[in-house]
Amino acid sequence: MSVELVTTEANREDRDALAASPLAVRGLTVSYGEKPAVFSLDATFEQGAMTAIIGPNGAGKSTMLKAALGIVKPVSGQVTAWGEDLEEMRARIAYVPQRATVDWDFPARVLDVVMMGQYRKLGLLGRVKTKHMQTALHCLERVGMDGFADRQIGQLSGGQQQRVFLARALAQDAELYLLDEPFAGVDAATETAIISVLKDLRGLEKTVVAVHHDLSTVAEYFDRVFIISTSKVAEGAVADAFTQSNLQKAYGGRLATAQMGALG
Amino acid sequence: MGEEFVVLSLAPMLIGVFAAVACAIPGNFLLLRRQALIGDAISHVVLPGIVVAFLVTGVVAAWPMMLGAGGASLVAVGLIEAIRRLGGIEPGAAMGVVFTAMFAGGVLLLEQSDTSSVHLDVEHALYGNLESLIWLDAQGWASLADIGALRGLPPELPRMALTLVLVTGLTWVFWRPLKLSTFDEAFARTVGLPVSLIGLGLVVVAAIAAVAAFDAVGSIIVIAMFICPPAAARMVTNGLEAQVAWSIGFAVLSAVLGYVLAGYGPLWLGFDDAVSAAGMIATVSGAILGLAAAFGPCRHRSGVSASAP
Repeated sequence: MSVELVTTEANREDRDALAASPLAVRGLTVSYGEKPAVFSLDATFEQGAMTAIIGPNGAGKSTMLKAALGIVKPVSGQVTAWGEDLEEMRARIAYVPQRATVDWDFPARVLDVVMMGQYRKLGLLGRVKTKHMQTALHCLERVGMDGFADRQIGQLSGGQQQRVFLARALAQDAELYLLDEPFAGVDAATETAIISVLKDLRGLEKTVVAVHHDLSTVAEYFDRVFIISTSKVAEGAVADAFTQSNLQKAYGGRLATAQMGALG
Repeated sequence: MGEEFVVLSLAPMLIGVFAAVACAIPGNFLLLRRQALIGDAISHVVLPGIVVAFLVTGVVAAWPMMLGAGGASLVAVGLIEAIRRLGGIEPGAAMGVVFTAMFAGGVLLLEQSDTSSVHLDVEHALYGNLESLIWLDAQGWASLADIGALRGLPPELPRMALTLVLVTGLTWVFWRPLKLSTFDEAFARTVGLPVSLIGLGLVVVAAIAAVAAFDAVGSIIVIAMFICPPAAARMVTNGLEAQVAWSIGFAVLSAVLGYVLAGYGPLWLGFDDAVSAAGMIATVSGAILGLAAAFGPCRHRSGVSASAP
Protein backbone atom coordinates (compact mmCIF):
# COMPACT_ATOMS: atom_id res chain seq x y z
CA MET A 1 0.00 0.00 0.00
CA SER A 2 2.62 2.47 1.03
CA VAL A 3 4.72 1.57 -2.00
CA GLU A 4 1.83 2.43 -4.28
CA LEU A 5 1.38 5.78 -2.60
CA VAL A 6 5.01 6.63 -3.10
CA THR A 7 4.76 5.71 -6.79
CA THR A 8 1.73 7.91 -7.41
CA GLU A 9 3.42 10.71 -5.58
CA ALA A 10 6.47 10.29 -7.80
CA ASN A 11 4.27 10.17 -10.90
CA ARG A 12 2.54 13.38 -9.93
CA GLU A 13 5.85 15.06 -9.31
CA ASP A 14 7.14 13.91 -12.67
CA ARG A 15 4.00 15.15 -14.39
CA ASP A 16 4.57 18.58 -12.88
CA ALA A 17 8.20 18.48 -13.98
CA LEU A 18 7.14 17.55 -17.54
CA ALA A 19 4.53 20.32 -17.70
CA ALA A 20 7.12 22.89 -16.63
CA SER A 21 9.73 21.71 -19.12
CA PRO A 22 9.76 22.91 -22.75
CA LEU A 23 11.25 19.56 -23.73
CA ALA A 24 11.50 16.33 -21.78
CA VAL A 25 12.17 12.74 -22.75
CA ARG A 26 11.52 9.58 -20.76
CA GLY A 27 13.08 6.20 -21.49
CA LEU A 28 14.30 7.27 -24.92
CA THR A 29 16.10 4.50 -26.79
CA VAL A 30 17.26 4.83 -30.40
CA SER A 31 19.02 2.20 -32.45
CA TYR A 32 20.46 2.45 -35.96
CA GLY A 33 21.59 -1.15 -36.06
CA GLU A 34 22.16 -3.80 -33.43
CA LYS A 35 23.65 -1.47 -30.85
CA PRO A 36 21.58 1.33 -29.33
CA ALA A 37 22.83 4.82 -30.18
CA VAL A 38 21.13 6.21 -27.09
CA PHE A 39 19.77 4.02 -24.35
CA SER A 40 16.92 4.66 -21.94
CA LEU A 41 17.45 8.40 -21.60
CA ASP A 42 15.56 10.62 -19.21
CA ALA A 43 16.06 14.34 -19.72
CA THR A 44 14.19 17.40 -18.49
CA PHE A 45 15.36 20.64 -20.07
CA GLU A 46 14.76 23.72 -18.00
CA GLN A 47 12.62 26.65 -19.10
CA GLY A 48 14.56 29.84 -19.78
CA ALA A 49 17.99 28.20 -19.47
CA MET A 50 20.80 27.54 -21.92
CA THR A 51 21.69 23.86 -21.79
CA ALA A 52 24.65 22.20 -23.47
CA ILE A 53 24.40 18.53 -24.46
CA ILE A 54 27.95 17.23 -24.22
CA GLY A 55 29.61 13.87 -24.56
CA PRO A 56 32.31 12.11 -26.60
CA ASN A 57 32.05 11.47 -30.35
CA GLY A 58 29.42 8.83 -31.07
CA ALA A 59 27.86 9.26 -27.62
CA GLY A 60 24.45 9.95 -29.18
CA LYS A 61 24.25 13.74 -28.70
CA SER A 62 22.77 14.51 -32.12
CA THR A 63 20.73 11.32 -32.13
CA MET A 64 19.11 12.31 -28.85
CA LEU A 65 18.15 15.69 -30.30
CA LYS A 66 16.85 14.18 -33.55
CA ALA A 67 14.80 11.57 -31.72
CA ALA A 68 13.36 14.20 -29.38
CA LEU A 69 12.26 16.14 -32.48
CA GLY A 70 10.84 13.11 -34.28
CA ILE A 71 13.45 13.27 -37.07
CA VAL A 72 14.61 9.74 -36.28
CA LYS A 73 12.19 7.21 -34.91
CA PRO A 74 13.03 5.95 -31.43
CA VAL A 75 12.70 2.28 -30.52
CA SER A 76 10.92 3.33 -27.36
CA GLY A 77 10.40 6.33 -25.15
CA GLN A 78 8.20 9.38 -24.78
CA VAL A 79 8.79 12.99 -25.72
CA THR A 80 6.78 15.86 -24.31
CA ALA A 81 6.94 19.60 -24.92
CA TRP A 82 5.48 21.67 -22.09
CA GLY A 83 3.87 18.44 -20.93
CA GLU A 84 1.98 17.99 -24.21
CA ASP A 85 2.46 15.81 -27.27
CA LEU A 86 5.37 17.14 -29.35
CA GLU A 87 3.32 17.28 -32.59
CA GLU A 88 0.93 19.78 -30.98
CA MET A 89 3.78 22.06 -29.96
CA ARG A 90 5.79 22.24 -33.20
CA ALA A 91 4.94 25.90 -33.75
CA ARG A 92 6.82 26.81 -30.53
CA ILE A 93 10.00 24.89 -31.39
CA ALA A 94 12.81 26.01 -33.68
CA TYR A 95 15.60 23.75 -34.90
CA VAL A 96 19.05 24.39 -36.32
CA PRO A 97 20.41 21.21 -37.95
CA GLN A 98 24.08 20.50 -38.46
CA ARG A 99 25.30 22.61 -41.34
CA ALA A 100 26.76 19.63 -43.18
CA THR A 101 23.43 17.79 -43.41
CA VAL A 102 22.20 19.83 -46.37
CA ASP A 103 23.54 20.36 -49.87
CA TRP A 104 24.57 24.02 -50.05
CA ASP A 105 24.60 23.82 -53.84
CA PHE A 106 20.82 23.79 -53.69
CA PRO A 107 19.49 26.56 -55.95
CA ALA A 108 18.42 29.11 -53.35
CA ARG A 109 19.32 32.55 -52.08
CA VAL A 110 19.95 33.40 -48.44
CA LEU A 111 16.52 35.05 -48.18
CA ASP A 112 14.82 31.88 -49.55
CA VAL A 113 16.33 29.84 -46.73
CA VAL A 114 15.34 32.31 -44.01
CA MET A 115 11.80 32.47 -45.45
CA MET A 116 11.56 28.69 -44.90
CA GLY A 117 11.44 29.49 -41.18
CA GLN A 118 8.06 31.11 -41.73
CA TYR A 119 6.48 28.07 -43.39
CA ARG A 120 4.04 27.49 -40.55
CA LYS A 121 2.84 31.11 -40.76
CA LEU A 122 2.51 31.04 -44.55
CA GLY A 123 1.11 27.55 -45.03
CA LEU A 124 0.71 25.94 -48.45
CA LEU A 125 -0.46 28.90 -50.49
CA GLY A 126 -0.44 31.92 -48.17
CA ARG A 127 0.73 35.09 -49.88
CA VAL A 128 4.18 36.34 -48.91
CA LYS A 129 3.58 39.87 -47.67
CA THR A 130 5.97 42.70 -46.94
CA LYS A 131 5.87 41.93 -43.21
CA HIS A 132 7.13 38.37 -43.86
CA MET A 133 10.01 39.74 -45.90
CA GLN A 134 10.79 42.30 -43.22
CA THR A 135 10.81 39.59 -40.55
CA ALA A 136 13.28 37.56 -42.60
CA LEU A 137 15.51 40.58 -43.24
CA HIS A 138 15.41 41.51 -39.56
CA CYS A 139 16.46 37.98 -38.58
CA LEU A 140 19.42 38.26 -40.97
CA GLU A 141 20.33 41.53 -39.30
CA ARG A 142 20.26 39.90 -35.87
CA VAL A 143 22.91 37.37 -36.94
CA GLY A 144 25.00 40.08 -38.63
CA MET A 145 24.17 38.96 -42.17
CA ASP A 146 22.30 42.01 -43.45
CA GLY A 147 23.28 42.69 -47.01
CA PHE A 148 23.53 38.98 -47.81
CA ALA A 149 19.82 38.40 -48.59
CA ASP A 150 20.32 37.96 -52.33
CA ARG A 151 23.54 35.94 -52.07
CA GLN A 152 23.55 32.39 -53.45
CA ILE A 153 23.84 30.08 -50.42
CA GLY A 154 26.68 28.07 -51.98
CA GLN A 155 28.86 31.18 -52.02
CA LEU A 156 28.81 31.58 -48.24
CA SER A 157 31.58 30.56 -45.86
CA GLY A 158 30.84 27.86 -43.29
CA GLY A 159 30.31 30.42 -40.57
CA GLN A 160 27.96 32.46 -42.74
CA GLN A 161 25.96 29.33 -43.59
CA GLN A 162 25.62 28.60 -39.88
CA ARG A 163 24.36 32.12 -39.25
CA VAL A 164 21.80 31.77 -42.07
CA PHE A 165 20.53 28.61 -40.38
CA LEU A 166 20.27 30.50 -37.09
CA ALA A 167 18.40 33.33 -38.85
CA ARG A 168 15.94 30.77 -40.23
CA ALA A 169 15.36 29.48 -36.68
CA LEU A 170 14.82 33.06 -35.44
CA ALA A 171 12.24 33.53 -38.21
CA GLN A 172 10.30 30.65 -36.65
CA ASP A 173 9.66 32.96 -33.68
CA ALA A 174 9.73 30.03 -31.28
CA GLU A 175 10.10 29.62 -27.53
CA LEU A 176 12.43 26.65 -27.59
CA TYR A 177 15.56 26.65 -29.77
CA LEU A 178 17.37 23.37 -30.43
CA LEU A 179 20.76 23.59 -32.11
CA ASP A 180 22.94 20.75 -33.33
CA GLU A 181 26.65 21.67 -33.08
CA PRO A 182 26.13 25.37 -33.88
CA PHE A 183 29.82 26.18 -33.31
CA ALA A 184 31.31 23.31 -35.30
CA GLY A 185 33.87 24.56 -37.81
CA VAL A 186 32.90 28.23 -37.66
CA ASP A 187 35.17 31.26 -37.45
CA ALA A 188 35.60 33.29 -34.25
CA ALA A 189 33.40 36.16 -35.47
CA THR A 190 30.55 33.75 -36.14
CA GLU A 191 30.95 32.08 -32.77
CA THR A 192 30.71 35.46 -31.06
CA ALA A 193 27.68 36.45 -33.16
CA ILE A 194 25.88 33.17 -32.44
CA ILE A 195 26.49 33.17 -28.71
CA SER A 196 25.33 36.78 -28.44
CA VAL A 197 22.07 35.90 -30.27
CA LEU A 198 21.54 32.89 -28.00
CA LYS A 199 22.14 34.99 -24.88
CA ASP A 200 19.63 37.54 -26.18
CA LEU A 201 17.12 34.72 -26.55
CA ARG A 202 17.71 33.66 -22.96
CA GLY A 203 17.17 37.31 -21.98
CA LEU A 204 13.73 37.04 -23.60
CA GLU A 205 12.92 33.98 -21.41
CA LYS A 206 13.41 31.59 -24.34
CA THR A 207 14.92 28.17 -23.83
CA VAL A 208 18.08 27.13 -25.67
CA VAL A 209 19.44 23.58 -25.96
CA ALA A 210 22.59 23.01 -28.00
CA VAL A 211 24.70 19.99 -28.81
CA HIS A 212 28.18 21.24 -27.98
CA HIS A 213 31.62 19.75 -28.41
CA ASP A 214 34.03 22.31 -27.00
CA LEU A 215 34.36 21.63 -23.28
CA SER A 216 36.50 24.73 -22.76
CA THR A 217 33.56 27.08 -23.47
CA VAL A 218 30.80 25.21 -21.62
CA ALA A 219 31.03 27.20 -18.39
CA GLU A 220 31.30 30.50 -20.25
CA TYR A 221 28.35 29.94 -22.63
CA PHE A 222 25.86 27.74 -20.80
CA ASP A 223 23.87 27.55 -17.55
CA ARG A 224 23.24 23.84 -17.55
CA VAL A 225 24.73 20.66 -19.00
CA PHE A 226 23.38 17.30 -20.01
CA ILE A 227 26.24 14.80 -20.18
CA ILE A 228 25.61 11.75 -22.33
CA SER A 229 27.53 8.63 -23.19
CA THR A 230 24.81 6.52 -24.83
CA SER A 231 23.05 6.71 -21.47
CA LYS A 232 22.71 9.75 -19.26
CA VAL A 233 25.78 10.50 -17.14
CA ALA A 234 24.62 13.68 -15.44
CA GLU A 235 22.16 16.54 -15.79
CA GLY A 236 22.10 19.82 -13.90
CA ALA A 237 23.55 23.28 -13.42
CA VAL A 238 27.08 23.71 -14.76
CA ALA A 239 28.42 24.21 -11.22
CA ASP A 240 26.95 20.89 -10.02
CA ALA A 241 27.07 18.55 -13.01
CA PHE A 242 30.03 19.75 -15.09
CA THR A 243 32.56 18.08 -12.82
CA GLN A 244 35.76 16.24 -13.47
CA SER A 245 34.33 12.95 -12.21
CA ASN A 246 31.23 13.16 -14.46
CA LEU A 247 33.37 14.00 -17.47
CA GLN A 248 35.71 11.16 -16.64
CA LYS A 249 32.68 8.83 -16.58
CA ALA A 250 31.48 10.06 -19.98
CA TYR A 251 34.78 10.45 -21.82
CA GLY A 252 36.90 7.87 -20.02
CA GLY A 253 40.44 7.83 -21.32
CA ARG A 254 39.43 9.99 -24.28
CA LEU A 255 39.38 13.16 -22.24
CA ALA A 256 42.55 15.11 -22.97
CA THR A 257 44.29 16.65 -20.00
CA ALA A 258 44.23 20.02 -21.77
CA GLN A 259 40.45 19.91 -21.76
CA MET A 260 40.42 18.94 -18.12
CA GLY A 261 42.60 21.96 -17.43
CA ALA A 262 39.78 24.16 -18.66
CA LEU A 263 37.73 23.04 -15.68
CA GLY A 264 40.13 24.92 -13.43
CA MET B 1 2.57 25.26 -92.43
CA GLY B 2 -0.99 24.57 -93.49
CA GLU B 3 -3.33 21.66 -93.68
CA GLU B 4 -0.62 19.04 -93.90
CA PHE B 5 1.04 20.34 -90.72
CA VAL B 6 -2.24 20.19 -88.77
CA VAL B 7 -2.99 16.65 -89.94
CA LEU B 8 0.47 15.15 -89.63
CA SER B 9 2.49 17.14 -87.14
CA LEU B 10 0.32 19.17 -84.78
CA ALA B 11 -0.87 16.30 -82.57
CA PRO B 12 2.47 14.47 -82.26
CA MET B 13 4.29 17.73 -81.60
CA LEU B 14 1.86 18.72 -78.85
CA ILE B 15 1.98 15.24 -77.33
CA GLY B 16 5.77 15.42 -77.39
CA VAL B 17 5.74 18.83 -75.71
CA PHE B 18 3.23 17.79 -73.03
CA ALA B 19 5.12 14.56 -72.28
CA ALA B 20 8.46 16.38 -72.10
CA VAL B 21 7.17 19.06 -69.71
CA ALA B 22 5.24 16.58 -67.52
CA CYS B 23 8.45 14.61 -66.97
CA ALA B 24 10.77 17.61 -66.64
CA ILE B 25 8.83 19.26 -63.79
CA PRO B 26 9.13 16.40 -61.24
CA GLY B 27 12.58 15.73 -62.70
CA ASN B 28 13.81 18.99 -61.12
CA PHE B 29 13.04 17.75 -57.63
CA LEU B 30 14.28 14.21 -58.27
CA LEU B 31 17.56 15.67 -59.54
CA LEU B 32 18.04 17.86 -56.44
CA ARG B 33 17.21 14.88 -54.21
CA ARG B 34 19.80 12.80 -56.07
CA GLN B 35 17.04 10.44 -57.17
CA ALA B 36 17.20 11.28 -60.87
CA LEU B 37 17.68 7.61 -61.68
CA ILE B 38 14.15 6.88 -60.46
CA GLY B 39 12.77 8.17 -63.78
CA ASP B 40 15.08 5.78 -65.55
CA ALA B 41 13.92 2.95 -63.30
CA ILE B 42 10.21 3.64 -63.73
CA SER B 43 10.42 3.94 -67.50
CA HIS B 44 12.16 0.57 -67.72
CA VAL B 45 9.87 -1.34 -65.36
CA VAL B 46 6.75 -0.30 -67.25
CA LEU B 47 7.68 -2.83 -69.96
CA PRO B 48 7.00 -5.94 -67.85
CA GLY B 49 3.89 -4.22 -66.50
CA ILE B 50 2.56 -3.68 -70.00
CA VAL B 51 3.41 -7.21 -71.13
CA VAL B 52 1.68 -8.70 -68.08
CA ALA B 53 -1.36 -6.47 -68.70
CA PHE B 54 -1.45 -7.72 -72.30
CA LEU B 55 -1.12 -11.37 -71.24
CA VAL B 56 -3.94 -10.97 -68.71
CA THR B 57 -6.39 -9.04 -70.88
CA GLY B 58 -5.31 -10.26 -74.32
CA VAL B 59 -5.80 -6.86 -75.89
CA VAL B 60 -3.61 -3.91 -76.63
CA ALA B 61 -5.67 -1.15 -75.03
CA ALA B 62 -4.52 1.95 -73.29
CA TRP B 63 -6.12 1.64 -69.87
CA PRO B 64 -5.16 -1.97 -68.96
CA MET B 65 -1.62 -1.20 -70.10
CA MET B 66 -1.39 1.97 -68.08
CA LEU B 67 -2.72 0.13 -65.06
CA GLY B 68 -0.16 -2.64 -65.62
CA ALA B 69 2.59 -0.07 -66.00
CA GLY B 70 1.44 1.79 -62.90
CA GLY B 71 1.33 -1.47 -60.93
CA ALA B 72 4.80 -2.42 -62.09
CA SER B 73 6.22 0.95 -61.07
CA LEU B 74 4.69 0.60 -57.62
CA VAL B 75 6.22 -2.88 -57.30
CA ALA B 76 9.55 -1.43 -58.40
CA VAL B 77 9.42 1.47 -55.95
CA GLY B 78 8.55 -0.99 -53.15
CA LEU B 79 11.39 -3.33 -54.14
CA ILE B 80 13.89 -0.47 -54.35
CA GLU B 81 12.93 0.71 -50.86
CA ALA B 82 13.08 -2.84 -49.49
CA ILE B 83 16.51 -3.57 -51.00
CA ARG B 84 17.82 -0.22 -49.85
CA ARG B 85 16.65 -0.70 -46.27
CA LEU B 86 17.24 -4.44 -45.81
CA GLY B 87 20.49 -4.50 -47.74
CA GLY B 88 21.70 -1.17 -46.37
CA ILE B 89 22.98 -0.10 -49.79
CA GLU B 90 22.78 3.22 -51.60
CA PRO B 91 19.57 4.01 -53.51
CA GLY B 92 21.29 4.21 -56.90
CA ALA B 93 22.51 0.64 -56.63
CA ALA B 94 19.10 -0.59 -55.48
CA MET B 95 17.43 1.12 -58.43
CA GLY B 96 19.99 -0.29 -60.84
CA VAL B 97 19.39 -3.83 -59.64
CA VAL B 98 15.60 -3.56 -59.70
CA PHE B 99 15.04 -1.88 -63.03
CA THR B 100 17.50 -3.94 -65.03
CA ALA B 101 16.09 -7.17 -63.59
CA MET B 102 12.50 -6.13 -64.23
CA PHE B 103 13.21 -4.84 -67.72
CA ALA B 104 15.02 -8.08 -68.59
CA GLY B 105 12.06 -10.02 -67.21
CA GLY B 106 9.78 -7.97 -69.44
CA VAL B 107 11.88 -8.73 -72.53
CA LEU B 108 11.82 -12.47 -71.69
CA LEU B 109 8.05 -12.42 -71.19
CA LEU B 110 7.64 -10.60 -74.48
CA GLU B 111 9.75 -13.13 -76.38
CA GLN B 112 8.05 -16.12 -74.82
CA SER B 113 4.51 -14.92 -75.36
CA ASP B 114 2.69 -14.68 -78.64
CA THR B 115 2.72 -10.97 -79.24
CA SER B 116 3.69 -11.15 -82.88
CA SER B 117 0.17 -10.34 -84.01
CA VAL B 118 0.05 -7.08 -82.10
CA HIS B 119 2.12 -3.96 -82.07
CA LEU B 120 4.07 -4.73 -78.94
CA ASP B 121 7.81 -5.05 -79.05
CA VAL B 122 10.94 -3.73 -77.42
CA GLU B 123 11.50 -1.13 -80.11
CA HIS B 124 8.01 0.22 -79.59
CA ALA B 125 8.63 0.36 -75.87
CA LEU B 126 11.81 2.38 -76.35
CA TYR B 127 10.82 4.78 -79.12
CA GLY B 128 7.02 4.86 -78.86
CA ASN B 129 5.14 5.76 -82.00
CA LEU B 130 4.95 9.50 -81.91
CA GLU B 131 4.84 9.90 -85.72
CA SER B 132 1.77 7.68 -86.01
CA LEU B 133 -0.35 9.83 -83.71
CA ILE B 134 -1.79 11.84 -86.58
CA TRP B 135 -5.08 13.73 -86.71
CA LEU B 136 -6.85 12.31 -89.80
CA ASP B 137 -10.09 14.20 -89.22
CA ALA B 138 -8.43 17.57 -89.52
CA GLN B 139 -9.00 19.73 -92.60
CA GLY B 140 -6.72 22.56 -91.51
CA TRP B 141 -6.38 25.09 -88.71
CA ALA B 142 -10.17 25.63 -88.79
CA SER B 143 -10.61 22.09 -87.46
CA LEU B 144 -9.43 23.28 -84.07
CA ALA B 145 -12.87 24.87 -83.70
CA ASP B 146 -14.74 21.87 -85.10
CA ILE B 147 -16.04 19.57 -82.35
CA GLY B 148 -16.51 16.66 -84.73
CA ALA B 149 -12.94 16.87 -85.92
CA LEU B 150 -11.61 17.37 -82.38
CA ARG B 151 -13.20 14.05 -81.39
CA GLY B 152 -10.89 12.42 -83.91
CA LEU B 153 -7.75 13.59 -82.10
CA PRO B 154 -5.51 10.77 -80.98
CA PRO B 155 -6.58 9.84 -77.40
CA GLU B 156 -2.97 10.19 -76.27
CA LEU B 157 -3.27 13.96 -76.67
CA PRO B 158 -6.03 14.62 -74.08
CA ARG B 159 -4.51 11.98 -71.80
CA MET B 160 -1.10 13.62 -71.89
CA ALA B 161 -2.64 17.08 -71.49
CA LEU B 162 -4.54 15.87 -68.42
CA THR B 163 -1.35 14.38 -66.98
CA LEU B 164 0.45 17.68 -67.50
CA VAL B 165 -2.35 19.60 -65.78
CA LEU B 166 -2.20 17.17 -62.84
CA VAL B 167 1.60 17.38 -62.52
CA THR B 168 1.62 21.17 -62.82
CA GLY B 169 -1.27 21.62 -60.38
CA LEU B 170 0.22 19.36 -57.71
CA THR B 171 3.63 20.99 -58.06
CA TRP B 172 2.07 24.44 -57.72
CA VAL B 173 -0.02 23.58 -54.65
CA PHE B 174 2.76 21.68 -52.84
CA TRP B 175 5.60 23.95 -53.96
CA ARG B 176 6.65 25.08 -50.47
CA PRO B 177 6.65 21.64 -48.82
CA LEU B 178 8.49 20.20 -51.84
CA LYS B 179 11.13 22.93 -51.80
CA LEU B 180 11.55 22.79 -48.03
CA SER B 181 11.79 19.02 -47.73
CA THR B 182 14.07 18.76 -50.76
CA PHE B 183 16.53 21.29 -49.30
CA ASP B 184 16.44 20.25 -45.64
CA GLU B 185 14.42 17.17 -44.79
CA ALA B 186 15.23 17.19 -41.06
CA PHE B 187 14.12 20.81 -40.69
CA ALA B 188 10.99 20.12 -42.74
CA ARG B 189 10.12 17.32 -40.34
CA THR B 190 10.47 19.65 -37.34
CA VAL B 191 7.99 22.17 -38.76
CA GLY B 192 5.52 19.28 -38.95
CA LEU B 193 5.73 18.32 -42.61
CA PRO B 194 5.12 14.64 -43.45
CA VAL B 195 8.45 14.28 -45.27
CA SER B 196 8.15 10.58 -46.10
CA LEU B 197 4.72 11.16 -47.62
CA ILE B 198 6.05 14.10 -49.65
CA GLY B 199 8.91 11.95 -50.95
CA LEU B 200 6.52 9.15 -51.85
CA GLY B 201 4.07 11.61 -53.45
CA LEU B 202 6.84 12.98 -55.65
CA VAL B 203 7.81 9.50 -56.84
CA VAL B 204 4.17 8.60 -57.51
CA VAL B 205 3.63 11.79 -59.54
CA ALA B 206 6.84 11.04 -61.45
CA ALA B 207 5.53 7.52 -62.07
CA ILE B 208 2.20 8.83 -63.38
CA ALA B 209 4.01 11.20 -65.74
CA ALA B 210 6.38 8.43 -66.84
CA VAL B 211 3.62 5.90 -67.51
CA ALA B 212 1.43 8.36 -69.41
CA ALA B 213 4.39 9.58 -71.43
CA PHE B 214 5.62 6.05 -72.05
CA ASP B 215 2.25 5.14 -73.55
CA ALA B 216 2.47 8.03 -75.99
CA VAL B 217 6.15 8.49 -76.75
CA GLY B 218 8.17 5.56 -75.39
CA SER B 219 10.71 5.35 -72.64
CA ILE B 220 13.64 7.13 -74.35
CA ILE B 221 11.93 10.51 -74.05
CA VAL B 222 10.89 9.78 -70.47
CA ILE B 223 14.43 8.97 -69.38
CA ALA B 224 15.86 11.98 -71.18
CA MET B 225 13.26 14.46 -69.96
CA PHE B 226 13.53 13.51 -66.30
CA ILE B 227 17.22 14.42 -66.32
CA CYS B 228 18.39 16.57 -69.24
CA PRO B 229 16.16 19.70 -69.05
CA PRO B 230 16.40 20.00 -65.23
CA ALA B 231 20.16 19.37 -65.22
CA ALA B 232 20.69 21.92 -68.01
CA ALA B 233 18.44 24.42 -66.20
CA ARG B 234 20.44 23.99 -62.97
CA MET B 235 23.55 25.15 -64.81
CA VAL B 236 21.82 28.23 -66.17
CA THR B 237 20.34 29.61 -62.94
CA ASN B 238 20.79 29.54 -59.17
CA GLY B 239 17.15 29.76 -58.10
CA LEU B 240 14.68 26.90 -57.83
CA GLU B 241 11.77 28.84 -59.35
CA ALA B 242 13.92 29.93 -62.27
CA GLN B 243 15.36 26.42 -62.62
CA VAL B 244 11.91 24.88 -63.05
CA ALA B 245 10.95 27.61 -65.54
CA TRP B 246 14.13 27.05 -67.59
CA SER B 247 13.64 23.28 -67.50
CA ILE B 248 10.13 23.70 -68.95
CA GLY B 249 11.58 25.93 -71.67
CA PHE B 250 14.29 23.39 -72.48
CA ALA B 251 11.73 20.55 -72.54
CA VAL B 252 9.52 22.44 -75.01
CA LEU B 253 12.52 23.35 -77.15
CA SER B 254 13.73 19.73 -77.20
CA ALA B 255 10.31 18.42 -78.19
CA VAL B 256 9.66 20.94 -80.97
CA LEU B 257 13.18 21.08 -82.36
CA GLY B 258 13.61 17.32 -82.05
CA TYR B 259 10.37 16.64 -83.87
CA VAL B 260 11.18 19.04 -86.69
CA LEU B 261 14.76 17.79 -87.08
CA ALA B 262 13.60 14.17 -87.13
CA GLY B 263 10.98 14.89 -89.79
CA TYR B 264 12.88 17.27 -92.02
CA GLY B 265 16.53 17.03 -91.03
CA PRO B 266 17.35 13.94 -93.08
CA LEU B 267 15.60 15.46 -96.14
CA TRP B 268 17.72 18.59 -95.83
CA LEU B 269 20.79 16.39 -95.72
CA GLY B 270 19.71 14.54 -98.82
CA PHE B 271 18.43 11.32 -97.23
CA ASP B 272 15.02 9.89 -98.07
CA ASP B 273 13.58 8.78 -94.75
CA ALA B 274 12.80 10.64 -91.58
CA VAL B 275 14.39 9.37 -88.34
CA SER B 276 12.71 8.49 -85.04
CA ALA B 277 11.22 11.61 -83.49
CA ALA B 278 11.58 10.19 -79.97
CA GLY B 279 15.26 9.48 -80.53
CA MET B 280 15.84 12.95 -82.00
CA ILE B 281 13.98 14.69 -79.16
CA ALA B 282 16.12 12.87 -76.60
CA THR B 283 19.24 13.71 -78.60
CA VAL B 284 18.36 17.41 -78.73
CA SER B 285 17.78 17.47 -74.96
CA GLY B 286 21.21 15.88 -74.52
CA ALA B 287 22.75 18.50 -76.81
CA ILE B 288 21.12 21.28 -74.77
CA LEU B 289 22.55 19.72 -71.61
CA GLY B 290 25.98 19.61 -73.26
CA LEU B 291 25.76 23.28 -74.20
CA ALA B 292 24.63 24.22 -70.68
CA ALA B 293 27.51 22.23 -69.20
CA ALA B 294 29.98 24.03 -71.46
CA PHE B 295 28.59 27.58 -71.29
CA GLY B 296 26.01 27.77 -68.48
CA PRO B 297 26.71 30.66 -66.10
CA CYS B 298 26.09 28.48 -63.01
CA ARG B 299 27.88 25.33 -64.12
CA HIS B 300 30.51 25.39 -61.37
CA ARG B 301 29.62 23.83 -58.06
CA SER B 302 30.13 26.79 -55.81
CA GLY B 303 31.60 24.80 -52.92
CA VAL B 304 34.34 23.34 -55.11
CA SER B 305 37.26 25.38 -56.34
CA ALA B 306 38.08 25.22 -60.02
CA SER B 307 41.51 23.76 -59.37
CA ALA B 308 40.25 20.88 -57.23
CA PRO B 309 40.91 17.48 -58.81
